[in-house]
Amino acid sequence: MSDDQIPLKDATQNSASVKNAVFTSIIRNSFGLGLFAVFTVGLISITWILTQEKIQTQVRAYEARALMEILPQKTHDNVLVDSKTTLEPSRLLSSQTTTEAYVALNNGEVSAVILPVIAPDGYNGRIDLLVGIKRDGSLAGVRAVTHKETPGLGDKINTNVSDWILSFAGKSLNQPTAEGWSVKKDGGDFDQFTGATITPRAVVAAVHRALTYFETHQKHLLNPRNIQQHSISEEPSHDQ
Amino acid sequence: MTNNTDTAAATSTTALLAKIAKDGLWKNNPALVQLLGLCPLLGVSSSVVNALGLGIATMLVVMGSNIAVSLIRHQVTDAIRLPVFVMIIASFTTCIELLMQAYTYELYRILGIFIPLIVTNCIILGRADAFASRNSVLPAAFDGFMMGSGFAVILLLLGAMRELIGQGTLFSGMDLLLGPIAADWTITVFPNYKQFLFAILPPGAFVFMGFLIAIKNIIDRRMEERNKQRQPTEPKESRRVRVTGNI
Repeated sequence: MSDDQIPLKDATQNSASVKNAVFTSIIRNSFGLGLFAVFTVGLISITWILTQEKIQTQVRAYEARALMEILPQKTHDNVLVDSKTTLEPSRLLSSQTTTEAYVALNNGEVSAVILPVIAPDGYNGRIDLLVGIKRDGSLAGVRAVTHKETPGLGDKINTNVSDWILSFAGKSLNQPTAEGWSVKKDGGDFDQFTGATITPRAVVAAVHRALTYFETHQKHLLNPRNIQQHSISEEPSHDQ
Repeated sequence: MTNNTDTAAATSTTALLAKIAKDGLWKNNPALVQLLGLCPLLGVSSSVVNALGLGIATMLVVMGSNIAVSLIRHQVTDAIRLPVFVMIIASFTTCIELLMQAYTYELYRILGIFIPLIVTNCIILGRADAFASRNSVLPAAFDGFMMGSGFAVILLLLGAMRELIGQGTLFSGMDLLLGPIAADWTITVFPNYKQFLFAILPPGAFVFMGFLIAIKNIIDRRMEERNKQRQPTEPKESRRVRVTGNI
């Protein structure tokens, strides 16, 4: 209790106790915060552990579905998702890091490859494409994987919106000719969409560059020895 | 005596729950009245399936965070209240994101950025701070459910309006969320409909949102007028005391 006769001592005592109280509250609060951080991190970790395997199968299934659309199973006898070959960064694919192409094998011979291609000049940024090219250099098919094109205009590159992107199948570097590899508005062979020219223009150019890439890198792509088998599933991997 | 207090407590609980339900769905609807969470509301409401997906995800996060906040409300000091709430909300959202990735992967790809953004939806922190931190678990959970439902209902209404007017369909792509059974749920309301872009893009969402708010205000005014008309016929002294809640 305070004593009027020794105010100085009292004041120092007071400030000391205040300091003490502040200190305790800091310690208590940081301890509390830390405890909650541990709890929440634990919650997330448990969910992550429980869902991780399922997520990986989902991602793979999604990937495999897209690949199978381009190259149906009857065209090859290996597991596409597991057979990849590493590609160095290339201006033609607009890739800045190494990427991976999927390789289809038929009787030990590469029958087709699926290249990951970026069209950097979409209306709303980059468009990620998968371009399937057969051994003879003709297109097996093209699919848009991810893009941010305007719904209702540029999203006609999706197969569930329009059939436009299917029109690539069967085309090759010289069929149509170099002048034909652009949208009709620019004098080429490919339809543009009503109200959207930029998106198809970007896709057509990217597919054309991918064909050029295939021609210059044919040797590497068609050599079955460049395939790395990845398998995260427990099933026995297919023999090479 | 105990019986009496028990029934009183029971009626007050039901009254409280009824009030919570009315607040969440109508009187204090997070989307129509509080205008919270507009970014996901306008961004994701371009079709019914997107709206339903984000609506459910948001509702689960609100409920989960309300329950958790209510459980720890006596342990948390005022100083660290908000950071703790944010941590809880962020971890619930991350869990929901992981679960969506695992079980509704295609929808997860469509909703994309809006799932992590649930963390920043002011409805959730708002309910945690304004309601859950002051109430016991059951009302807090119910409040989360009702606020989430209020948000989801508006999201669904907007989604339905925009899908119908923008693309001429309803319930397209529901299989992304509900699995193969929903694959043929698509109702083509206007066959050969040429897309109405304005409804699909964000400006359309603003306009439709405006319509919804206007409709709510009209209904509110009608109800108020009806109440006013009824009032003068009542005896004079009862007008003063309206504690019973019966109008």
